[in-house]
Amino acid sequence: MTTAAAPLSVFATPAWYQNRTLRRFMRHRLAVMGTVMIALLIMACVFGPYLLPYDDLKIDIRHRFAAPFTGDHYLGTDALGRDTAARLLNAGRISLLVGFFAMVISTVIGASIGVIAGYYRGWLGAVLMRIVDAFLSFPSVFLVLVLAAFIKPNPIMITVIIAATSWMEIARIVETEIRSLRERDFILAARMIGASSRWIMFRELVPNAIGPIIVAATLTIAHAILLEAYISFLGYGIQPPLPSWGNMLNSAQQYLGKAPWLAIVPGLAITLAVASFNFIGDGLRDALDGRSDLK
Amino acid sequence: MKPRPLIEAVGLAKYFPVRQGLLARNSAVVRAVDGVDLTIARSEVLGLVGESGSGKSTLGRSLMMLDPPTDGQIVFDDTEITPFSDRLLQPYRKRMQMVFQDPFSSLNPRMTVGEILEMPLRFHAAALDKAGRREKAEQALETVGLPGQYLTRYPHEFSGGQRQRIGIARALILEPEFIMADEPVSALDVSVQAQVLNLFARVRQNMNLTMLFVTHDLAVVGHIADRVAVMYLGRIVEIAPTRTLFAQPRHPYTEALMSAIPMPDSGNRRQRIVLKGDIPSPISPPSGCAFRTRCPYAVLECAQARPPLRLVEPGHQSACIRDDLTLVSPLDAVSEASPTWARAI
Ligand SMILES: Nc1ncnc2c1ncn2[C@@H]1O[C@H](COP(=O)(O)OP(=O)(O)O)[C@@H](O)[C@H]1O
Ligand code: SF4
Ligand SMILES: [Mg+2]
Repeated sequence: MTTAAAPLSVFATPAWYQNRTLRRFMRHRLAVMGTVMIALLIMACVFGPYLLPYDDLKIDIRHRFAAPFTGDHYLGTDALGRDTAARLLNAGRISLLVGFFAMVISTVIGASIGVIAGYYRGWLGAVLMRIVDAFLSFPSVFLVLVLAAFIKPNPIMITVIIAATSWMEIARIVETEIRSLRERDFILAARMIGASSRWIMFRELVPNAIGPIIVAATLTIAHAILLEAYISFLGYGIQPPLPSWGNMLNSAQQYLGKAPWLAIVPGLAITLAVASFNFIGDGLRDALDGRSDLK
Repeated sequence: MKPRPLIEAVGLAKYFPVRQGLLARNSAVVRAVDGVDLTIARSEVLGLVGESGSGKSTLGRSLMMLDPPTDGQIVFDDTEITPFSDRLLQPYRKRMQMVFQDPFSSLNPRMTVGEILEMPLRFHAAALDKAGRREKAEQALETVGLPGQYLTRYPHEFSGGQRQRIGIARALILEPEFIMADEPVSALDVSVQAQVLNLFARVRQNMNLTMLFVTHDLAVVGHIADRVAVMYLGRIVEIAPTRTLFAQPRHPYTEALMSAIPMPDSGNRRQRIVLKGDIPSPISPPSGCAFRTRCPYAVLECAQARPPLRLVEPGHQSACIRDDLTLVSPLDAVSEASPTWARAI
């Protein structure tokens, strides 16, 4: 029966095209470009350092301040003659990892608080959301700098600090979503069956809120990368000799006139990564918008 | 001998606090259900009708202990369940189930039909293994007239009528004694409505169900109910066996609701009674008879005291103080052209 009903066309629709979410995402051109950029960036950071002729820590005083695309330093060298390309890719490892793990931590914290506040409402929900408001009312950069001034800045601490100041937006988004979802009749049906609160939160509500959570998480990576760059640029973040895009900018400051590429290269990398994650987030927002297929 | 009641409400009330303005906390309450006495006998289908906002859903949910009532008692099978905690209620959950109005919001869009139908079994039939649950779910689907292989599909792949059948299958899978159906056909196309109503009539017979059938459509109630309760602003204003209610309404509100039922070919005696204005706010219901602001027969005494439900003939209660009225029945003009249910009752 299936064979008889199959279309006669020789050109079968590719399997991915049947998935509506993916189809909607593929129509979002910037998001697709963002995905490609991030994929390339990740591959470059993972494999690049092994392929480049120079180590990122190798000092070569004779070739200081080499300009990009001259000689065999593809992106030039810095004040100590270290290869900028190698430094950029190694810094990318740190910056992307910090961004990624900060996203994971803040998504777990934010989503948990949002789910609990949205589900229980009442005084518990009110207290949790006032805490969110309190955190939000501090400018997060200020908060990060205060925390960083007290805590020894290694990459793990920087990740934790960034996460600690980035979970509130997710908590808010999730709380709003859960609050409206819990009014739907299928929640009443679950209660009618005697389902536990845990079941209702994690088996009924969270799977329906996964779209907004993924979107918020993607945008949080962008935010976290930017925040890391910012605090490292100010000197409170990742400490040299460990490179990060932010501290590369920091050390480039003194030579802006002499060797502007030292700032331009990491600056471009940051812009590219942040913009790409933002585009992906936008694309996901459209693609995962439940309203079109949940009806 | 009167049959033993399965479920009984005594003085049931449900108030919702409302915040008015910024600072006034809980300064007012919505009296969604305001002192309801109700008895449903085993194997009986009680229809509950009333305009939107009259408190039908709230009454139904309170009866199911989903929204614990503010006041009053609920007795299920001779046990008062009102003070019960969730844990104590658990065995009763198996015995009473609910069918919802909106077939789009009552099924979790992220679960397959199989997962939805197996969920009640997870909580109430721990002895069943995975295969046993699957088999039961398949049977339940077939009971409501859907093929068993639909278990792997998601709700969005179905039409409204099919989803409502899935919702009914979920309610039936634990073989409950009591079902509260809250406007289960209101969201469906007229053609589908009849099919779903027939399904209710069939399973009710086969499973010997007791039902509270909530609807704002009196014609629907004529199809399925043994007895009908008419609700207005949180109170029951008339209750009678279906035939009696249609033949001899005793409350002006019932008369008005009935006059709105479309009846082709009725004589010129039948006129639609258009109620003045909207249903008043349940935050401050009118004193005395709550219907007096819209009642075409209201007299001065109607404002004095809240008229209690009184027996006007065996099995027929009404909360109108005026016994002198002769109200119009939609059955007065029944003819060959009338809908089947009207000719049947
Ligand atoms: N959770 C709630 N909070 C506040 N008011 C409510 C709530 N649920 C229902 N109401 C109010 O109670 C009244 C009765 O509502 P409902 O039981 O839904 O009526 P019906 O089902 O007959 O349309 C309405 O005025 C409604 O606004
Ligand atoms: S008591 Fe008075 S106002 Fe109320 S229904 Fe009867 S006649 Fe109308
Ligand atoms: Mg309702």
